[in-house]
Amino acid sequence: MAAKTLTIDGKQITAEEGETVLQAASEAKINIPTLCHLDGVYDVGACRLCLIEVAGVPKLLPACTTKVAEGMEIKTDSERLRKYRRMTLELLFAERNHVCAVCVSNGHCELQTLGYSLGVDHVRSDYLFPKWSVDTTHSLYGMDHNRCVLCSRCVRVCWHIEGAGTKNIAGRGTKSNIITDLNMPWGDSDSCTKCGKCVQACPTGALFHKGSTVGEMERDRSRLEFLVTAREKKQWIAAD
Amino acid sequence: MDLAGLVDVVYSPVVDVKEYPENVDVCLIEGAVCNEDNLELLHKIRQRTKVLIAFGDCAVTANVPAMRNQLGLGNEESVLQRAYVENAQFNQRVPSAGDGIVPTLLKRVMPVHEAVHVEHFLPGCPPSAANIKALVTQLLAGGPKLEGKQIKFG
Ligand code: SF4
Ligand code: SF4
Ligand code: FES
Repeated sequence: MAAKTLTIDGKQITAEEGETVLQAASEAKINIPTLCHLDGVYDVGACRLCLIEVAGVPKLLPACTTKVAEGMEIKTDSERLRKYRRMTLELLFAERNHVCAVCVSNGHCELQTLGYSLGVDHVRSDYLFPKWSVDTTHSLYGMDHNRCVLCSRCVRVCWHIEGAGTKNIAGRGTKSNIITDLNMPWGDSDSCTKCGKCVQACPTGALFHKGSTVGEMERDRSRLEFLVTAREKKQWIAAD
Repeated sequence: MDLAGLVDVVYSPVVDVKEYPENVDVCLIEGAVCNEDNLELLHKIRQRTKVLIAFGDCAVTANVPAMRNQLGLGNEESVLQRAYVENAQFNQRVPSAGDGIVPTLLKRVMPVHEAVHVEHFLPGCPPSAANIKALVTQLLAGGPKLEGKQIKFG
């Protein structure tokens, strides 16, 4: 495959054709904040936290779905990017009910970590305080819509890695939500194989093992990586 | 303790003064704005204070007290009913506003910065002693610059 040369934050790098800017940056040890991206599953550009500036392009582009091109000049950090990333995070906090103090993911949550890393010490928009339910009908797992950021990681692992196609997104705007099959209680689903990949993939406290209490929900992403490596490279190597 | 010599604590739940004084330099405010008493005191504090700091998750995000907002507007009656009648073992009665016992609840619980201008924020549930010390030290040195885990919610 042809190699492309480009500049990220002033650093000259080479990347393979077809790679995303996010992949190229991470190989060059340049960190771009992400939320909906999950190693091993295809990217959809849902969260817009990985936005970057590309010279000559007036709008901001998501690094996870933008392919590298010859001579690209990219900035991953600027006043403008920080402003938008912070605003995006604040809107995510305002849109659902994130009561970290009583959340199963407190201390292990990607939204929470992004918040404090990117300087969100308060949310400037009014909180919506919507009414959402918690689905605890499944024998092993629960889904708390109050904590969901609609990153769709659960949907993608369910379809792409497990091949069950149980999880889906329904509705529009602030009414969008994760559903099971044709919008039924999770416990009634015939398609769910109870594999728990969605629970491992979720960045927040939205999907959890039943019985976890405040701060107890830690995830083990190595199980997902193991499966993806096994499938794509035919190598069965357990992560250390 | 080194800080104790540098500040005068003029008002707090553990100080005898009942009325919030004039010309206060800094006030750390904890708790969400839930009822009319909270709101009235908050406006008074804002008027008489140079620098306000929202202190802790309830002040910064409205946190657990704001969970009643999820019931929709107009839940003032039903939460009192739940607390004083359905869950009460004795003397089941909703206190009336005239009793002066329970201040009238606001329609919507708010974080402090939704009601008045706030200069700085210290999230945390509760904020750790180290973060409080860092905040006050930085404040005495010109202005707070908390970052990273120091501003973690929860
Ligand atoms: S999902 Fe994350 S940000 Fe939301 S309440 Fe839980 S810990 Fe906080
Ligand atoms: S349940 Fe979790 S993984 Fe699924 S969309 Fe919501 S936040 Fe993302
Ligand atoms: S990580 Fe790129 S849009 Fe979410």
